[in-house]
Amino acid sequence: MGRFHRHDGDTDGHHHHHDHDHDHGDHSGYATASERVVVLERIFDENDQMAAANRRDFDSAALTAINLMSSPGAGKTTVLRETLRRLEGRLRVGIVEGDIETSIDADRLAGFGAAISLINTSDGFGGECHLDAPMVRSALPRLPLADLDLLIIENVGNLVCPAEFDVGAHSQAMVYSVTEGEEKPLKYPVMFRSADLVIVNKIDLIPHLDYDLSLFYANLKAVNPGVAVIETSARTGQGIDEWCDWLLDRHRSLHASSPLGG
Amino acid sequence: MHELSICSSIVGIVKKHAAGREVRTVHVRIGAMRQIVPDTLTYCWSLVTESSELAGAELAIERIPAKIRCTNCGREQVLDELAMACQECTGSVDLVEGDEFMITSLDLAEV
Repeated sequence: MGRFHRHDGDTDGHHHHHDHDHDHGDHSGYATASERVVVLERIFDENDQMAAANRRDFDSAALTAINLMSSPGAGKTTVLRETLRRLEGRLRVGIVEGDIETSIDADRLAGFGAAISLINTSDGFGGECHLDAPMVRSALPRLPLADLDLLIIENVGNLVCPAEFDVGAHSQAMVYSVTEGEEKPLKYPVMFRSADLVIVNKIDLIPHLDYDLSLFYANLKAVNPGVAVIETSARTGQGIDEWCDWLLDRHRSLHASSPLGG
Repeated sequence: MHELSICSSIVGIVKKHAAGREVRTVHVRIGAMRQIVPDTLTYCWSLVTESSELAGAELAIERIPAKIRCTNCGREQVLDELAMACQECTGSVDLVEGDEFMITSLDLAEV
């Protein structure tokens, strides 16, 4: 209290605690002085605590959760459809689908035996551009977690916002397509840095593009030197088996004792 | 526009610490490695607070540059552009500053 008071002319030791006509040494224009209170609280604390709760639920169900991120149109849903096709009967897969307006993506994924829980993010504050941990948590009761091996959280297509929010996944994977240009890792470093794996999709289109794959890799390594990379074409099927193997490996290393992962 | 939902989180933290007192300034620290646009954050802050008890409270943003430290030679370096490798020995690096996103303090009206 009174840290910023300056009692000008107050030489007789008399203190004007209740007299606010004097100069406070505060030129903010406020009638009373301000007190600075130290907070030092991380703004994502609440989200991160919920993410930790999600992760505990995933672990107790012995399932592996993957946060799948991309820009819009990178081919995330098509990659996912090809993934479900190949994993059917090998891993029990659940999908949390973050979709701004429609259930189009969920409809494209139906029919491969996966359990799908749709989050319509337009119900969020102002229409969300990402999934956060509470949104993912709200989707979990609609999924049979104990009967799943793999949960893929298909985030909203966006290279900025999803990277800031931990949703509780064990790994972050990203679908990038060569049609997006080589410079994307430098423009969206937070997402490219957060990824454990980058799927370089639409690789079959390179002959038709003025695209320098080695320049992309140089940019990617500048931002995230240790990242794993798989080149894919969801259209031709190239690399999708390798991506499925990566998922199986992740599941085995996380939950070695589970029936299908062991 | 994740800044909008971030502002809602900031409001929650601020209200908890202010405990009903008038908030004049919220001091926020943002590292250069966060994908948060200060102008957008300030704009969203005014939207989120305008009809609340926090109306008029200013958001003061302190930017922290990205700093890396080489795991091999220990050299520290502030980054002007993104290059997650040591300029000296090309060793791998840790990000030591630039990841911050926190409320550091509040200026509250004296009562």
